[in-house]
Amino acid sequence: MFLSLCPFDNLVCILLGISFTVWFTLLLVFIIVPAIFGVSFGIRRLYMKTLLKIFEWATLRIERGAKEKNHPLYKPYSNAIIAREPTSLEQEIKEIRRSGSNRDFDSASEFEMSDIFYFARRGVESIMDDEVTKRFSAEELESWNLLTRSNYNFHYISLRLTVLWGLGLLIRYGFLLPLRVTLAFTGVGLLVFLTSVIGLLPNGSLPAGENKPKNGGICVANHTSPIDVIILASDGCYAMVGQIHGGLMGVIQRSMVKACPHIWFERSEVKDRHLVAKRLSDHVEDKSKLPILIFPEGTCINNTSVMMFKKGSFEIGATVYPVAIKYDPRFGDAFWNSSKFGMVNYLLRMMSSWAIVCSVWYLPPMSREEGEDAVQFANRVKAAIARQGGLVDLLWDGGLKRGKVKDTFKEEQQKLYSKMLVGTQEDRSRS
Amino acid sequence: MGSRASTLLREEEIEEIKKETGFSHSQITRLYSRFTSLDKGENGTLSREDFQRIPELAINPLGDRIINAFFPEGEDQVNFRGFMRTLAHFRPIEDNEKNKNYSGDFIAFRLYDLDRDDKISRDELLQVLRMMVGVNISDEQLGSIADRTIQEADTNGDNSISFNEFIKVLEKVDVEQKMSIRFLH
Repeated sequence: MFLSLCPFDNLVCILLGISFTVWFTLLLVFIIVPAIFGVSFGIRRLYMKTLLKIFEWATLRIERGAKEKNHPLYKPYSNAIIAREPTSLEQEIKEIRRSGSNRDFDSASEFEMSDIFYFARRGVESIMDDEVTKRFSAEELESWNLLTRSNYNFHYISLRLTVLWGLGLLIRYGFLLPLRVTLAFTGVGLLVFLTSVIGLLPNGSLPAGENKPKNGGICVANHTSPIDVIILASDGCYAMVGQIHGGLMGVIQRSMVKACPHIWFERSEVKDRHLVAKRLSDHVEDKSKLPILIFPEGTCINNTSVMMFKKGSFEIGATVYPVAIKYDPRFGDAFWNSSKFGMVNYLLRMMSSWAIVCSVWYLPPMSREEGEDAVQFANRVKAAIARQGGLVDLLWDGGLKRGKVKDTFKEEQQKLYSKMLVGTQEDRSRS
Repeated sequence: MGSRASTLLREEEIEEIKKETGFSHSQITRLYSRFTSLDKGENGTLSREDFQRIPELAINPLGDRIINAFFPEGEDQVNFRGFMRTLAHFRPIEDNEKNKNYSGDFIAFRLYDLDRDDKISRDELLQVLRMMVGVNISDEQLGSIADRTIQEADTNGDNSISFNEFIKVLEKVDVEQKMSIRFLH
């Protein structure tokens, strides 16, 4: 048996050798070289168009399948379940009282037992649907994009669809994934090599495009995944701010420092806000240093909204260059749910998606105005980014992903309600 | 990716819940994915901590009481059926179902009556008032508010408010309009 394996063995070796060479040549010719020279073959556009057509067809098939079996489709997120009106506490309680009382509402009483309905209703509404918890898990799509991870209706799939899905699986794991993994390894290898070379060269100047962040400025963007960094970095040079990581991330971080100065922190230093602020302001004052890139949300959000910006970077007084990043969720979900998936798992999912498509908008620079404090400035920048990217502008803290909400919000509500009860007493004593 | 919903709701279960609570098919599936997304432990039940993770609920002054209403006496976990049963109290009742169910009133009464002895005592009323106003009103003022409220509502003179007395006070309030939540589809 050993003898009979030998010639087969040889054959396998030869085949492997050939396929490797072919693989690398293709890689070089079609991807790496054009990327270096900025040339595009238009393959990407064709790819995306074809994919979208296939997704539409797949969704139609599922809907047809569901209709045939006479079952409604399982569409958990596509419609909101309740209509919530943005009214104030005072308004709502007054309405409840008005409908129950036959006294004229100028002499409204202090407290009515029906007041409780307001709080009860708001509470149950938030149980059924709230603005915050859904931002920390991936966005749900109308059409199915042939990834099992985003499908709930698989018992309606016909044979043709299953074949297509299987084909997609083959393409994604057999072709796209190895392709991207090879690219990644080559890329990281090149990075480590080239940055050590660049570190030996003298300082270069930065090309200034329209609205592109300039030296001495701070670039802020909404945060969805580590890919944000890659995307922005490929379009301009930045000094990154962040915690020093171990492992693969650490290797990349350390090699980046050799090429241009970045601001990496030890974990213990991050808690010391003054130290952080000092280092940031030192950096922006030095006009020869690159603009700083910061994600003021502090954590990854699922790209449907922009959450509270931490005011630290807005206190320094430098010019802020806002950038809005919006991913197209139809081809693959870029959101990194760090409480659910580790880095390796995340990278695997990224590399086996169809594509990561994103739009980046560079907005005109903003500075803090007279009489505006850091928080107001931060909110102004946040609103601009949300508007451009078509995202929901939320006041909630991204830190709620992991931590509890502060009691001050509850105390605000209690204050408002107390004013209703006690306020009327004061009016009475006056009249 | 959202909730994997690896245990999809079976059609028979959906039908049963539909009959019991009156929710529509799509509302039930929508609420089921909401239930699973809240269920971080992925064991098919919700605990009080799962509810408290909702920031808008955590800042509601009556948040804890509302969460309590979902849990049967002495239990710490609620399954999907129980979840839907409590939510059904907030569904607007169609005209043809108007059978004086007092659903909304009953939940509201439960929010006041902590020890579930079917009476709202002065202490229980004070507790709820204190939750709603925080530290902004003095004990004496709050006490007099509570006294006046009981005086107005108490008809049999036992210094507490029974369910029937509660209903009487709320008779004129258009409860169905104010308590029930505007569901889409």
